[in-house]
Amino acid sequence: MDVLSQLSAALLNSIRDILPIMAILIGFQLLVLRKPVPNLQRVIVGFFAVLFGITLFIQGLEMALFPLGEVMATQLTNPGFILESTGYTADAWQGYLWVYLFAAAIGFATTLAEPSLIAVATKAEQISAGGIDAWGLRMAVALGVAFGIALGTYRIVTGTELWVYIIAGYLLVLIQTAFAPKMIIGLAYDSGGVTTSTVTVPLVTALGLGLASSVPGRNPLMDGFGLIAFASLFPIIAVLGYAKIAEWRARSGKTRIK
Amino acid sequence: MSRIKSGFLRQLLSSFIDLLPILAVVSVFQLLVIQQPFPDLANLLTGIILVTLGLTLFMYGLELALFPIGDSMAYAFARKGSVFWLVVFAFALGFGTTIAEPALLAVSVKAASIAAEGGAIINSQTAQDSYALGLRLTVAFAVGLAIIIGVLRILRGWSLQYLIIAGYLGIIIMTRFAPPEIIGIAYDSGGITTSTITVPLVTALGIGLASSIQGRNPVTDGFGLIALASLTPMIFVMLYGILI
Repeated sequence: MDVLSQLSAALLNSIRDILPIMAILIGFQLLVLRKPVPNLQRVIVGFFAVLFGITLFIQGLEMALFPLGEVMATQLTNPGFILESTGYTADAWQGYLWVYLFAAAIGFATTLAEPSLIAVATKAEQISAGGIDAWGLRMAVALGVAFGIALGTYRIVTGTELWVYIIAGYLLVLIQTAFAPKMIIGLAYDSGGVTTSTVTVPLVTALGLGLASSVPGRNPLMDGFGLIAFASLFPIIAVLGYAKIAEWRARSGKTRIK
Repeated sequence: MSRIKSGFLRQLLSSFIDLLPILAVVSVFQLLVIQQPFPDLANLLTGIILVTLGLTLFMYGLELALFPIGDSMAYAFARKGSVFWLVVFAFALGFGTTIAEPALLAVSVKAASIAAEGGAIINSQTAQDSYALGLRLTVAFAVGLAIIIGVLRILRGWSLQYLIIAGYLGIIIMTRFAPPEIIGIAYDSGGITTSTITVPLVTALGIGLASSIQGRNPVTDGFGLIALASLTPMIFVMLYGILI
């Protein structure tokens, strides 16, 4: 019964989130475009599927993954655990080895389950007539997020300035853009924004806050930020790199462009 | 009927496969590294079933509703030929979906308490509330503007690289002048604005526009709206931090 009441509360939440979008779509369709929606019945069924889908998805995450993620973030950043597992005290960056590994692994895994990334990858594969491989794209993005979040946790532990990393990352993106195949550029830039939504953000935020409150000298309010920025930047680098490698391999004639 | 059913089962299986890596990571770390049992196994299992079902339904609705509606509206706007209404629609879509975004709400409240602690605003509830609201409006405006720029880019065939490079330069310059406590929030605000429903809609809109306008290629010209929508909030949030 408890699950049901939680579910209906979550459903109300999703309705509230979707309502403004629906209002805009319907408003423009009726008042500006003044055309009936093709396959209206299918679209309505689809919207309900999206509504219930998001509700169940978020409710499930809140029941299973988010509390567990928080507990794990606290346990992994606990000074006692750090001393026991690595032999370092909480003020040495080497002590957080398991945190970096966890950050990378959870970043990778949650990105593969991110619905908006699945959506964009599917679309990219459809319109490129198979020239872009949805699975390969998702892997590249997930690897980028994994590296980004691991580096982001290292930054929180060492307390180095955020902007140094971000600006260095942008410079790298600019250089890569100059050499990347033209077809991939828009998609690569987009992949930075789609990685961080439903699944990744809450888990990563919990990790950042846990770290910033357990590392001596860090302020959770100030230093907990930045992980999302890393998770949006490194997928761009990864996808641009992946496209370049795919191009090289295609040129050397061993495989088709993936 | 049986085709729908087998399609549903296939999607269910593929959703479960998408979630397997998370389960693997969580189990390995919890059981082998932290060496603790799962705190609430029953909830965990129920949750996994709900997440799998939810992802399946979402993917189903995506193909039935979100992609087609974005596509068909893009075609309809292209056929109507009114740049004015397209721009109004682009702004409404960007602004409307962002202002209601729960993640943005959470971050803006946190940002307000940081600003109060840092002494940028008076430490009172009203001041914090108005700061948080101002920040949300700023981000929503930035996303609306980004979708306008992105849509105009597709119409006019501007090069995405130059827009992005200009945006990056904007961020670098703003970083130099923005108060340090806003920088982390600003960088993060780019990533949180694009929600699970907005992304497919906006992507379909861009690709639909690029495929209905002559001389545009959906792959090279259709993408980029999300990228711009992640970029402008960073600039505008830092601007907000400088002005307030």
